[in-house]
Amino acid sequence: MASIVLSNVDKVYAGGVKAVNGLNLEIKDGEFMVLVGPSGCGKSTALRMIAGLEDISGGEISIGDRVVNHLPPKDRDIAMVFQNYALYPHMTVEENLAFGLKLRKMPKAEIQKRVNEAAKMLGLEQYLKRKPAALSGGQRQRVAMGRAIVREPQAFLMDEPLSNLDAKLRVSMRASLNQLHERLGVTTVYVTHDQVEAMTLGDRVCVLRDGFLQQVDTPQNLFDRPVNLFVAGFMGSPAMNFAYADLVRDGSGAAVSFAGFKLPVPDSTFTDKPGLDRYVGKRVILGIRPSDFEDSVAANGSSGGWARIPVTANVTEELGSEINVLFTIDAPPVEHKDTVAAAHDGDEEEVALPLTGDKSLWTARVNARSHVRPGQSLELVIDTHNLHFFDVESGLAIGHEANVGR
Amino acid sequence: MAHEAVRIQRGPLGRLLERTGGGLVQVIMVLIALFWLIPTLGLLVVSLRDDAANNSSGWWTFFTKPAQLTFENYTNLLASGFTSSFWNTVLITVPATLLVIGISSMAGYAFAWIDFRGRDSLFLVVIALLVVPIQIALIPIAKLYGFLNIFGSIAGVVLFHVAFGLPFAIFLLRNFFVGIPRSLLEAARMDGAAEWRIFATVVFPLAKPAIASLGIFQFLWVWNDLLVALVYADTANQPMTKALQSQMRQFGTNIDILSSGAFLSLIIPLVLFFAFQRYFVQGLLAGSVK
Repeated sequence: MASIVLSNVDKVYAGGVKAVNGLNLEIKDGEFMVLVGPSGCGKSTALRMIAGLEDISGGEISIGDRVVNHLPPKDRDIAMVFQNYALYPHMTVEENLAFGLKLRKMPKAEIQKRVNEAAKMLGLEQYLKRKPAALSGGQRQRVAMGRAIVREPQAFLMDEPLSNLDAKLRVSMRASLNQLHERLGVTTVYVTHDQVEAMTLGDRVCVLRDGFLQQVDTPQNLFDRPVNLFVAGFMGSPAMNFAYADLVRDGSGAAVSFAGFKLPVPDSTFTDKPGLDRYVGKRVILGIRPSDFEDSVAANGSSGGWARIPVTANVTEELGSEINVLFTIDAPPVEHKDTVAAAHDGDEEEVALPLTGDKSLWTARVNARSHVRPGQSLELVIDTHNLHFFDVESGLAIGHEANVGR
Repeated sequence: MAHEAVRIQRGPLGRLLERTGGGLVQVIMVLIALFWLIPTLGLLVVSLRDDAANNSSGWWTFFTKPAQLTFENYTNLLASGFTSSFWNTVLITVPATLLVIGISSMAGYAFAWIDFRGRDSLFLVVIALLVVPIQIALIPIAKLYGFLNIFGSIAGVVLFHVAFGLPFAIFLLRNFFVGIPRSLLEAARMDGAAEWRIFATVVFPLAKPAIASLGIFQFLWVWNDLLVALVYADTANQPMTKALQSQMRQFGTNIDILSSGAFLSLIIPLVLFFAFQRYFVQGLLAGSVK
């Protein structure tokens, strides 16, 4: 096993398109690193450069202590799992698993041992003599994993390995992937466009956009402390709500006002976010996670100190355990380039509500006991400790440690 | 109404098929196939009747008098030295087919998967060669062969066939290789295979259906060729087609040798076709990706 270090890595395609731009990333030994971002953000290109399937235009990639810039894939001691599995159709499962080992001139007994171990680990024992055509999608996926495992490489590279599976299988494979990583402890770089996969699998998650690194952090930190509007809007489903707001301070303390609402800002927020006090009296972009809302009825009493806003539900999405309440607020939608970029890649279709220009659609995730119906008014409580503030111009999160002094 | 519209779109033939449930189609197909087989059948019968019978009555009379049949023509054929031209045909056809498959599969792989400068323009040249007719090259190549001292030899005939078989073969295989998912080659590369190994263990086995079809086409083309043999093969090296042609006389023909020889030249490609026909219907890529 080994760490993987990318320093100032560039990828320029013929025609001048810059797919990856000065990427700096250190993947620690045994770490599960997820590269996530909308399509075209350069995540797959980055992975393929680590694999050696794509030339590196600039910078340096090292695996372990070796700089691998000019090494062919076979000499990098890494294994890759492809999105479409890429199994050899004319070979049986067993031959598929053994192929890489045979090419490395491994003794037959050792090959047999490794293939059997991997087959056992992945539950493929009874399929060893079958050809890929006779396997289901999930089984093929496991063969593809097995082909990587038998190699016992320095690192696994996975390019959206679950995206061809149906939703249910994807969830169970996600769990097995987690277990597998726990068991083998091999450094893994995993590319996905699915932020749920990124959050659940990654030790750390690296968010990319247009070839630029946005933020690398643990999933929880990405969710709680996004570095800018893009990360805030991209991570988390449903996406974070944004509105232009004025930060004010009067006799009763600091508050943020938008769309006719006024939410108190606790003092702790100012200590948490150094530099926020400089924005008092100025315009900011306010961000609130849907999960930081609650129906005041369902919350009964446990919401001491939380702010309350009355709204009318336009649409409700009942998910069983919770309800997504979609409502409009009297504020123009935030049209920062970052929020637009983040929203446009989401799998969710754009909500087709006839919005007039000065209203924006917000989502609150409330408890299923709320029983709110479309058209009903309800009172939402907001956890004001988790408000997010962004600079109107730069889109950077105010008070985030990475942005202080920027 | 929508239902009616669909029916009209299908046309009268479609409606007919709907009613007869496909049985009629099969009968018609069998009839067509039999109709096409009549000359072959006639040839077989003629080759099995003696000269007198062939001169006095048509081959179809054998249905009423099957007892006339004899293997005499084939014995005559073997005695006439026809066997050497049979071997010449084999010696020309087999290398001309194998060489074309070998060279074109490697060239096709390079055109499909190896990035080199001028690849696309070079491929365009290959495509352009598809439209060059054989006749144009006959005289210049004959001069060249004279210079190289291979005029009249089997090697000369083989080389000519290979040269004119390659453009189509490269075109066909390159287009087949391009259809193989890139990730399959990349997986092999990650597994530690170099270019040659990828070609031999991944791409070539997957291309079997295409290579089998190509092989059959090239084999038949060379096996049945008369023009190239007439120009470049001398009598000692002549293939069956030329030998048969030389049996034609201005006044009458040696029908016994012609019929049996022609039938012999037909049987080998037929056997070959049946041996490889399963590759035509096989989808070898199934299950590789997704």
